[in-house]
Amino acid sequence: MSRIEFKNVRHAYPPAKGQELVYALKEVSQVWEDGGAYALLGPSGCGKTTLLNIISGLLTPSEGSILFDDQDVTQLPTADRHIAQVFQFPVVYDTMTVFDNLAFPLRNRGIAEARVAERVTEIAEMLDLSDRLMQRASGLTSDGKQKISLGRGLVREDVNAILFDEPLTVIDPHLKWQLRSKLKQLHRQIGVTMIYVTHDQVEALTFADKVVVMHDGGVVQVGSPVDLFNKPKHTFVGYFIGSPGMNVLPCKLDKGQPVFANNLLSSGYPADTDLSGKLEIGIRPEFVRFAEDGIPVEIEKVEDLGRYQVVTVKHEAALIKMVVSEDQVIPSESPQIQFDPDNLRIYRDDWAVEANDA
Amino acid sequence: MRKTTNQKAWWLVVPVLLLVAFNAFIPLMTVVNYSLQETFGNNVFFWEGVTWFEKVLHSDRFHASLLRQLLFTGMILAIEIPLGIAVALSMPRKGPWVSVCLVLMALPLLIPWNVVGAMWNIFALPDIGLLGYSLNSMGFDYNFTQQPVSAWMTTVLMDVWHWTSLVVLLCYAGVCSIPDAYYQAARIDGASGWAVFRYIQLPKMKRVLTIAILLRFMDSFMIYTEPFVLTGGGPGNTTTFLSIDLVKIALGQFDLGPAAAMSLIYFLVVLLICWLFYTVMMRNEEQ
Repeated sequence: MSRIEFKNVRHAYPPAKGQELVYALKEVSQVWEDGGAYALLGPSGCGKTTLLNIISGLLTPSEGSILFDDQDVTQLPTADRHIAQVFQFPVVYDTMTVFDNLAFPLRNRGIAEARVAERVTEIAEMLDLSDRLMQRASGLTSDGKQKISLGRGLVREDVNAILFDEPLTVIDPHLKWQLRSKLKQLHRQIGVTMIYVTHDQVEALTFADKVVVMHDGGVVQVGSPVDLFNKPKHTFVGYFIGSPGMNVLPCKLDKGQPVFANNLLSSGYPADTDLSGKLEIGIRPEFVRFAEDGIPVEIEKVEDLGRYQVVTVKHEAALIKMVVSEDQVIPSESPQIQFDPDNLRIYRDDWAVEANDA
Repeated sequence: MRKTTNQKAWWLVVPVLLLVAFNAFIPLMTVVNYSLQETFGNNVFFWEGVTWFEKVLHSDRFHASLLRQLLFTGMILAIEIPLGIAVALSMPRKGPWVSVCLVLMALPLLIPWNVVGAMWNIFALPDIGLLGYSLNSMGFDYNFTQQPVSAWMTTVLMDVWHWTSLVVLLCYAGVCSIPDAYYQAARIDGASGWAVFRYIQLPKMKRVLTIAILLRFMDSFMIYTEPFVLTGGGPGNTTTFLSIDLVKIALGQFDLGPAAAMSLIYFLVVLLICWLFYTVMMRNEEQ
């Protein structure tokens, strides 16, 4: 087991003819602590899988280096990195039994057959596959197959990290939950570093201690689920995490302080804070409420989601979503709203202005 | 509600029945008809029962042809299948060379059988053919018109040249359908090149390979035109395969009865071997 470090890693795939070189991964420097449960969260095409394949060595990055415990492994082949990886679609060796599948990585490394049997039995026990060891792997359902893929990683005693590339995509919803808690349990049991790629925020937030949010080839924020929800550092994080996502509204500067709809939003910014550039405020729908003397709005839409209501209101051109409790009466005449000042954040060119954190 | 029966729908089956009758059943039955009778022309027939079948099954000539046929088919399968797999695996899977390779591979398949025979005949002639002349000037004693071994070599080589492409194309399709994740998983599991072939590529090719073997078996077992043009079944009878022999009996000697009996036995042998092979392959699949 080891600590994995990315130093200024950039990667570009060879461009198609006549097209410019595009970096799928733009400069990532990131440390994965030994034994952590990480989630890599981001929309499709943001470079998550590229990053994962660079860790496992399936890809060699165009620039930068990867260190395992301060040892440079950038040029090391996959087989020597002691990394396990579970793919989106279950990979099993069809002609082999479940036992042989699990034993495959060990046998390839020339481990004695007695030890192989011991390890396989142990891992099969963990994954509840014991009663199916002698079956052909091709006959299993997709969650069973995905367990085998996972098992082939767990069975090796020398793994530095286990990587998951959207492993639950093809699993039935009611089994997803089971497998996810299984993963969580395994993480606690064996304490190996796990990096879990997903575009599903629920999966990421329930699995990981630390979520790494990626956007457009770069890491925008690393933090605990609570941090990501309460203190999004980038408008993308605010928008991507939470349902519905954060309201991002344009705001103006008045006497050096941000103002939205003639309401002074915060005066906590020291006079020397740089507030030039595109200025926006971010407020989560949970922290917007109806009030007596606030910003006048029109009601656009009310969605009743059972336990709460999502109300879309409009101020001039800006649409604002708010989450209100089920028993909240939606005011019908000249409704006004207020933002909770403690949970309001200012973004300059999409990045949070940190002044009032201190 | 009362269920109404309408038997008129049966008429809709008539076109198919007619089609099958005219292109399969009636021709087959004529053969059966000939195989049970003796005729001296003028549409005069005498009942013979199973005499012709007994005669064919006991004839040394039939045994020899069948043996030659089995040997030939066995040889070309033993060469074409491994060679086809090897070529398919070494073909590029992406990039500009893919189409070049595919076209090159498809070319032999587009050439008509008798042209292939004629081509190889000229190519292999010991006095003027490129292959024959070169072999002889290199000191090999090669003459396919006179030496059985040379004739066999040329026939087998010709079939390999003509049909390996089919195996290649089928296997290539099988190999291309393997998702990248399998190769990546194999790298992570530390699998050797041989293990990748044995546990990923070969199992994924199994279905297309079954088809390839069946097609090559049937085609080569019924081969006629190419060896007929190349060697005419000679020298002597050494390359007289089943269908060449059959044509000799039916059209050369006009022995319609024995020829019909032989056709039926021939047909049943092909059917039996295909059925056995397919059943065995599919049974493995289920286990």
